[in-house]
Amino acid sequence: MGGVEGYMYPNEINLYWSVLIVVYPYVTGLVAGAFILASLVRIFNVREVAPTYRLALLTALAFLIVAPLPLLLHLGHPERSFEMYFTPHDTSAMAMFGYVYIWYLMAVLLFEIWLDFRQDIILTARSSKGLKRTFYFLLSLGSNNTSEHSLAIDERAGWIVTLIGIPSAFLLHGYVGFIFGSIKANPWWSSPLMPVVFIFSAMVSGIALVLLVYMFTTRVRRREIDMPCVDTIAKYLFYIFIIDFVLEMLDLVHRIYVADESFRSISFMVHTKLYFSQIVLQIYIGTLAPLLLLGIVQVTRFSPAVRKAIYVVSAALVEVAVLSMRWNVVIGGQLFSKSFLGYTTYKIGLITHEGVLMSIFLTLLPLGILWILVKILPPWPDLKRGMNHAAGTTMP
Amino acid sequence: MNLNRRQFLVLVPVAAAAWQYVLAGTPQDAPNYQLTEHWWGMLLDITKCIGCGNCVRACQAENDVPDEYFRTWVERYLRTDWNLTTPEVISPDGGKEGFPAAEEVKNGMYFFVPKMCNHCADSPCTQVCPVGATFITPDGVVLIDQTYCLGCAYCVQACPYGCRYIHPTKHVADKCTLCYHRITKGLTTACCENCPTGARQLVDLKNPNDPIHAFLKTHDVHVLKPEMATGAKAFYNGLDGSVR
Repeated sequence: MGGVEGYMYPNEINLYWSVLIVVYPYVTGLVAGAFILASLVRIFNVREVAPTYRLALLTALAFLIVAPLPLLLHLGHPERSFEMYFTPHDTSAMAMFGYVYIWYLMAVLLFEIWLDFRQDIILTARSSKGLKRTFYFLLSLGSNNTSEHSLAIDERAGWIVTLIGIPSAFLLHGYVGFIFGSIKANPWWSSPLMPVVFIFSAMVSGIALVLLVYMFTTRVRRREIDMPCVDTIAKYLFYIFIIDFVLEMLDLVHRIYVADESFRSISFMVHTKLYFSQIVLQIYIGTLAPLLLLGIVQVTRFSPAVRKAIYVVSAALVEVAVLSMRWNVVIGGQLFSKSFLGYTTYKIGLITHEGVLMSIFLTLLPLGILWILVKILPPWPDLKRGMNHAAGTTMP
Repeated sequence: MNLNRRQFLVLVPVAAAAWQYVLAGTPQDAPNYQLTEHWWGMLLDITKCIGCGNCVRACQAENDVPDEYFRTWVERYLRTDWNLTTPEVISPDGGKEGFPAAEEVKNGMYFFVPKMCNHCADSPCTQVCPVGATFITPDGVVLIDQTYCLGCAYCVQACPYGCRYIHPTKHVADKCTLCYHRITKGLTTACCENCPTGARQLVDLKNPNDPIHAFLKTHDVHVLKPEMATGAKAFYNGLDGSVR
């Protein structure tokens, strides 16, 4: 049999979870991570990263909108997906997806964004005409009070929503990790650490993404990059990445030291089929290199230009690491037989509906959505300050 | 026909109930079959299996199993004396057409192991199905409602025995049904029916007269991967420790 070494159970030769299932936890992780960054401002009062607060929220929304698409495309019968909402199976971890997703989208993210942008939406509606006015009026949901008192209520409600949002973000991504971690049949996945590793890697990837988006958009808008802001983000990225890396290495060292019956299979795989994606891409290039770069910045005094370059490179490498980690978990977990006697090969399609191009499209689609979102709801801090002076008036 | 409002209000629910009855179809093709009086499993006797592949062919013919996918298959193990835990295993085309001639080994042994869904009492596949399309019947058979399955393949990942696959044209999960359409009519499964040596025996644990009870008392019978705690009901006689 082509691509098979040793013995695979005959139904195991083809992989059933494709690269789309790699994209799904990656995209979901970016949502959770971006939201956690936003919560740094609101809950943990890290004022330095305030310029990215609204951008982080919109980034989270853009990626959350796309998150279910890879799952839907992967299903044999996507038209039946609503059965998960109507007749969920209460013992299934996956059945919770719909509820966690809807909760996060509607109760947390949309609500928080609406609260935060409510004043801007109302002011834009007032100063616009025609269709634009109608559009923003609809977005305002009929609200037209921009008094100090109403804004204070927004602020307090937003704080509460963010407070609820932090465990929700953890739930959203921890649950994705649990889907893998709870499969006792697969030793590569079965680990109580899996949800924790997923949460920390999600935070790392989301924070790195917002850092990149912030630096890119600021450059495009020909504004000055707020150095205390990016320095602080990079500092948090560095510390959280250390925790993430330690957890992942703990998992790996535990497997090596315990060396149970699956070890021979897993060890072989890591040394062959996953060598490039795990050892080279994920650990050396994606993790150790950015940790080294970010670590050097913490203890030295580089010029802003050098620091900015280091942040861009580090954040991009972090994305490589986390995407590789998702690949190694999802695809790696299917490359060896549950008999531990053989290995198969993943034959990835190029233009199939579960192929490379579709995966790239789905990974980049949120950036397109983000572009539209920032056109509708400009998140730029300088603009917000400019608009704030109009606060305190009520629509006639 | 003139209907007044009262007649209409009576007729609508009656018609709805009748339509529901028509849609539901015939409840059971075997009217005397009582679900609660059975608890099905299968005895697979490794000491009797000759690896002829009859069971695989019979299963494919009976259940229209697509090529290169298997509801049941047969493995040939070569376990050598100096390596008791890492056997050499083959199953060319699921053992459907038998096996190539084996080379003589001095210090080792060959044996055949038929595999199939274990119809676990605590099946991981049933647990993980997000919509409950996979379920266990009151008579102990794990089945899939293919009109309801999403095709997410979570159950395929959860099965420790590799018994499930996604049907290439139906795009839903598929696996052994223990020939449920046959056993509920008092027949045995296609694989048991066609096994020339009696290596496969359908067993009903709730039937006090089933020979399985005597067999279990007098033989060393095990299940695959007991550490998975799935409540497997594929009972293996003569199971070597190297079998995965």
